[in-house]
Amino acid sequence: MKSYRRFLPEVGMLLPAIILMVVFIFIPFFLSGYFSFTNERLMPRPIPTQWIGLRNYERILADSEFWMSVKNTLYFAIVVIPIQLSLALASAILLNSKLKFIAVFRGITILPILTPITVIVVIWAAIFQTPDGLLNGIYQWLTGSSDYIDWLGDEAIAMLSIVLLSIWASFPFQMLIYLAGLQEIPKDRYEAAEIDGFNKWQQFRYITFPGLRNTNIFVVIITTIGALSLFTQVNILTGGGPNGSTTTIIQYMFSNGFSSQKIGYASAVSVIFFIAVASLGLLQRRLMRNE
Amino acid sequence: MQYFKYFLAFILSMFILIPLMMAVTISLNPSNTDILANMGSWKSFIPQVFSFDNYRAVWSDPYHPFGLYLFNTFLITSISLTLSLVVNSCAAFSLAWGEGKYRKYILAAIISVLAIPGESLVLPQLLMVSKANLVDTYAVQILPGLANAFFIFLFYQFFSKIPKDLIDAARVDGFSLFQTYLKIALPLSKPVCVTVCILHFLGIWNSYLWPIMVTRGPEVRPLSVAMAAYFGSNQTQWGNVMAFAVCMAIPVIIFFLIIQRQFIASITGSSVKG
Repeated sequence: MKSYRRFLPEVGMLLPAIILMVVFIFIPFFLSGYFSFTNERLMPRPIPTQWIGLRNYERILADSEFWMSVKNTLYFAIVVIPIQLSLALASAILLNSKLKFIAVFRGITILPILTPITVIVVIWAAIFQTPDGLLNGIYQWLTGSSDYIDWLGDEAIAMLSIVLLSIWASFPFQMLIYLAGLQEIPKDRYEAAEIDGFNKWQQFRYITFPGLRNTNIFVVIITTIGALSLFTQVNILTGGGPNGSTTTIIQYMFSNGFSSQKIGYASAVSVIFFIAVASLGLLQRRLMRNE
Repeated sequence: MQYFKYFLAFILSMFILIPLMMAVTISLNPSNTDILANMGSWKSFIPQVFSFDNYRAVWSDPYHPFGLYLFNTFLITSISLTLSLVVNSCAAFSLAWGEGKYRKYILAAIISVLAIPGESLVLPQLLMVSKANLVDTYAVQILPGLANAFFIFLFYQFFSKIPKDLIDAARVDGFSLFQTYLKIALPLSKPVCVTVCILHFLGIWNSYLWPIMVTRGPEVRPLSVAMAAYFGSNQTQWGNVMAFAVCMAIPVIIFFLIIQRQFIASITGSSVKG
């Protein structure tokens, strides 16, 4: 008994965090697994909740709207990740060079990180405004015509508009991480390369890029997970439309679980989402370690 | 080469600045017809008129009480940051300097939590808080985010690097574990505290999925969600919408630009070394 009492103070210090984690992370985590096999609803109803086995999963996999949301989310991720990361890396290299007013340029570039996402979305709603918004103004100026594009209302374009806004909103964050990675590469490597007659591209290819290996692993993982969780932009701007062309997995989970109150069904979606994100993280880590 | 770099830096800055300048410009224009007429040209991001009519309208809108939203945000943020500092640092110190063998299992459990995306937990959480009648309260916006595996991990990394001699000396002086934490470790960990505050603040500032599910009316709604609702009900009133956006974003932007150095260090330090 006495030996247990010795641990009381340290356990007491640990307890608030443990209780909060159990209540708000571990219990919900297992509940979502459990609910996914039931027909649980958000609001209580006369018929009790029933265990329905795999029926939720069967229905989800048979729902074309679900597959549409998977397709859209993957499309978003595949388009956004390479553009966002190259823009982030390019601007990190630019802002790592010795320029006058470099602090000003850096300060400007991090502004999107400081702006709440809902404000960013609203500002871009004005830019996308059809037919007389800024983007259409630029489009008409470039093409010299008076045509306009319905940036959020055209099925083929809407997701690309979301991509553009998302890149603006998040590349500065990745840029900061690349900037820190660049500053950790020893300067003498570049000096040695200069003596050996390496040109700028060779320096990037043989020193900068390998030197950023760990940074790359981290940035690719967080960017991918962020892309798969796309929700806020879509929810405010299009609500998943037009014609489901911008529904994402989280938007699909939200509209089934919250708007239609089908907690059981939507929990099955969140289980699928969890498995996708977790296994992607594992796969990515393994791939990049073997490189 | 150098000129070309300035040119690129200028292009990059414009890409970032134009949307933000556009919000300010539109917010200063009292005439909605004017705003719409200018929207497609450079006049949409370079102010032509300076009027605060839209700001007055935002602050006096009875359906969207800006002052109340601001108060809600301030309350939720300050309580969240204070409690999260205490809860996470306290747990981390116990994990770093406690004596039980059980600690490594808890640490492993906490690290495994990092792999769970928050989005996959919101539905059961929503059901739990509605059963507990917590919907539309401040508590429901504060409690779920308090204990944070990543913050515990950051504090743990820092605390485990404190020299053992220092901790032992405190014990010899008769300090309990909690006193050692409070009087020695916590004051030392100021940089981690700043990082946690900044990251947690950005988290609250950008959270959307959880608050829209658990706040039904304006009573306890925070600014970030209110922005979306305000936009939803005033879609064509661009002047007012942008005044709302500027009012909520500018103070925070200015504050972080003042502490820019620390801000950048927090974001990069926590991610690369973590």
